[in-house]
Amino acid sequence: MLLIPCPHCGPRNETEFTYGGQAGIAYPAAPDALTDAEWVEYLFLRHNPKGRWRERWVHAAGCRRWFDLERDTLTNEIHPGTAP
Amino acid sequence: MTATTQTRLPVGGDRIDRSQPLAFAFDGAALTGFTGDTIASALLANGVSIVARSIYHDRPRGIMAAGPEEPNALVQVDWPSGVSEPMVNATTTPLEDGLHVRSLTGMGRLETAEDGSRFDAVYAHVEVLIIGAGRSGRAAAAEARAADPAARVLVLDGDPTASGDGIQGDTTVIGVYDHGYVVAVQRRPDPRTEGRLWRIRAGQIVLATGATERGIAFADDDRPGIMLASAATTYIRRYGVRPGNRAVIFTTNDSTSDVEAALAEAGVVIAAVVDARQDARVVGTRGDAQGRLNAVDIARGDGRHETVDADLLLVSGGWNPNVALWTHTKGTLRFDERIAAFVPDAPPPTTPMTAVGAAAGEIDGLGTITPLVVVPPQVDAPTEDDWATHYVDLGRDATVASLRAALGAGLESIEHVKRYTTIGTGIEQGKTGGVLASSITAALLGQDVGAVGVPTFRPPLVPVSFAQVAGRDRGALSDPIRVTAIQPWHVAVGAVFEDVGQWKRPRYFPRGGDTTGESMDDAVLRECAAARTSVGVMDASTLGKIDIQGPDAGRFLDRVYTNTFSTLKVGACRYGLMCKPHGMVFDDGVTSRLADDRFHMMTTTGNAAAVLDHLEEWLQTEWPDLRVRCTSVTEQWSTVAVVGPRARDVVAAVCPDLAVANDAFPFMTWRDALIADVPGRAFRISFSGELAFELNVPTPHGKAVWEAVLAAGAPFGITPYGTESMHVLRAEKGYPIIGQETDGTVTPQDLGMDGLVSKKKAFIGQRSHRRPDAIRPDRKHLVGLLPIHPEALLPEGAQLVAPDADLSSRPVPMLGHVTSSYRSAALGRTFALALVKGGRERLGERVLAPLAGPHGIEAVITSSVLFDPENRRRDGEPA
Repeated sequence: MLLIPCPHCGPRNETEFTYGGQAGIAYPAAPDALTDAEWVEYLFLRHNPKGRWRERWVHAAGCRRWFDLERDTLTNEIHPGTAP
Repeated sequence: MTATTQTRLPVGGDRIDRSQPLAFAFDGAALTGFTGDTIASALLANGVSIVARSIYHDRPRGIMAAGPEEPNALVQVDWPSGVSEPMVNATTTPLEDGLHVRSLTGMGRLETAEDGSRFDAVYAHVEVLIIGAGRSGRAAAAEARAADPAARVLVLDGDPTASGDGIQGDTTVIGVYDHGYVVAVQRRPDPRTEGRLWRIRAGQIVLATGATERGIAFADDDRPGIMLASAATTYIRRYGVRPGNRAVIFTTNDSTSDVEAALAEAGVVIAAVVDARQDARVVGTRGDAQGRLNAVDIARGDGRHETVDADLLLVSGGWNPNVALWTHTKGTLRFDERIAAFVPDAPPPTTPMTAVGAAAGEIDGLGTITPLVVVPPQVDAPTEDDWATHYVDLGRDATVASLRAALGAGLESIEHVKRYTTIGTGIEQGKTGGVLASSITAALLGQDVGAVGVPTFRPPLVPVSFAQVAGRDRGALSDPIRVTAIQPWHVAVGAVFEDVGQWKRPRYFPRGGDTTGESMDDAVLRECAAARTSVGVMDASTLGKIDIQGPDAGRFLDRVYTNTFSTLKVGACRYGLMCKPHGMVFDDGVTSRLADDRFHMMTTTGNAAAVLDHLEEWLQTEWPDLRVRCTSVTEQWSTVAVVGPRARDVVAAVCPDLAVANDAFPFMTWRDALIADVPGRAFRISFSGELAFELNVPTPHGKAVWEAVLAAGAPFGITPYGTESMHVLRAEKGYPIIGQETDGTVTPQDLGMDGLVSKKKAFIGQRSHRRPDAIRPDRKHLVGLLPIHPEALLPEGAQLVAPDADLSSRPVPMLGHVTSSYRSAALGRTFALALVKGGRERLGERVLAPLAGPHGIEAVITSSVLFDPENRRRDGEPA
């Protein structure tokens, strides 16, 4: 049970949150201009590193705000991130 | 029946209360013990030496330990409450009056009756959690309090007798998780509760869990009468039990001086002390007809061999610090040659943790230890048979021969060896055999033990019942139950309910509330006929409702729905389809414009929360510039759907001030209305193809308005209907249910809804509709199916093939599957909806559902709209 630092509410149990996957994947400004391969890259392809990475969470059972944080996927060490 | 002799000492035993005897039974024999006994100590006190037969080898086994590391004494216990519990550890379970204990053969049988015991949960937040209330733990607690008098300091210990300031006894930590999260189990905190599950968040953890003695592998090391040396000390001093009459001690270290003293106090003869540091070894054991120990074979350092009569062999191969909790969240271990055991090294990355005392490897009185783990067979060229009774994990009947087989098969990682041999997978999770297995593996591989390591320890540290984990969150409390304001009426008339997400919805209303009188099929035919020929009424309050406000609300909905909403006039309603970025249909529903800057969105019942999540995610993470707010109002409105050619008459009676004529209140519009004197909204929308009004009133008025509608409809025979009839009515019209016709792989085009997919504006999922996979001609389309035999009902989910398909080919060429299937009153026959490859190009062709039996069901592919394709009924009975 991770203890997740919500930037708005403070540290809360993981069960209050929903996971949102890799952070920083912006919705393409002009999807129609993308090739099929580029669109598939946006839709489906994500990193899966061992170590620190940025990911998205939403405090679904709290303030309902989305935010990013950095987590080590091996150790679960969390480094507070920023609101998007 | 087990022959028994009393071996209780006349005095001694600091845990037992000799003034309070307890009666219990073991395998049918009536025995007695004392308050404070464990089941194991009481069995020993009655001279019971064989407590189980082993799981695979059917060997007799006795009590080997006095704690959770016990691999043999796992028994079936019939509690006085009536619950029968398998695989109960006799060494840690307090004796109770009236217990029936039964021996097992390594495996219990799960009780099939429900365990009605009550379990509770408790939450704690502390600055310092100390695990273990022994000397080191109590010292750590004092230190923590001295360092910060305001700190909350909690000490947990599994020992029922542990007590003192801030000490919680009878509470065993079973797991340590990330960021200081700890789970512990407590037995019988009060007479009404069988147990508690503790969930603790700790700022800092001190591991004061002590150490556990380990054995040595030698031939026939598993006989009843062979015990860990310290266990004998415990049984003598704490329970006043003499575990044998004539003992041999086999040791690698000085810690057995304790048991020597205890044996002397108890009057047990010490026949021999076999000290590995003097090159002496126990090389084998002998047993009586029942397999109980009666002699020990010893090889002395000077080459002498002797056989010593003994009914008790006490073994100490050293002590393993109890480090499992250290490693649950990736704390690391190192091998400490000084004590020949693994000790804590780097602490867990996310949980500040220290170890103290024996858990840290500071084991008192150990002296110099010889790291002896296995005594080879005493033959020149040992075969595998000679290793076959060197038991390493008694709970799994795994031996040195098992380890040799694993290595012979080419396995080198201790994790693989564990899985091949199953060592450490029993109830005690390798507490005695784990380090032994690592050490023997290292010896066989010629590697350092530290390099071989130990298999990963995982929670739970000791067994915990599912009932205790669930606590009170079971049965009706396992998930919230949501009901509408009209629910009491449904219950009163005997509706049959179904679960839709968390909602209870009436599925059908058997006539007279008597399920024995009218079947669901009959009720649904009756309900549907009423809605198609006169008037029906349905509680639609569970539909998701989201209030969407803000100056950019129209622009937002244009991006969210595949079709356009910014052009919708105030007072009008529109059906919309929603996709995720991958282009598959996510939800549908009717959204109405309440004002320039305000919309009322309706979602499917089961998807309401997911749709709100979706809207908020896009607003926050992609379009924070849009000035829009979304609020769930599902629970704020009760919705009464009045459906059928006489619906207008009923609504006119309930809403006397509302202009209900078709010109004044046309299809796909809404109006403010006084509904049975309650201010609300009326929507002219239809999920059946019939003339229909959905009346929304604030939830507190829902039941009164429902009853007013029923009263107004009485002259027309108004008929309440449930979800089953709703499904039939909508399926006859080819309206899909998202989640039934769709499964996350279906596009709007697959549903034949190209007309609702805008080509003029951008929306979520649009780009995906151009992906090569989305425009394959053989995608599955939504179609109708009419079975050739009009009474044949296709099972929902049935796979479809061509009628001439070769069913013996592999794979069978599949064409699709049935998504919905019903009997229709309006059509006078059965029908189905299905997803069929290229289905819209196959109209008129036949498909086969190759069901069990000789023929299966054959059906003709039709349009998905089987009833009133011209929509002539939506404004009322056609002229």
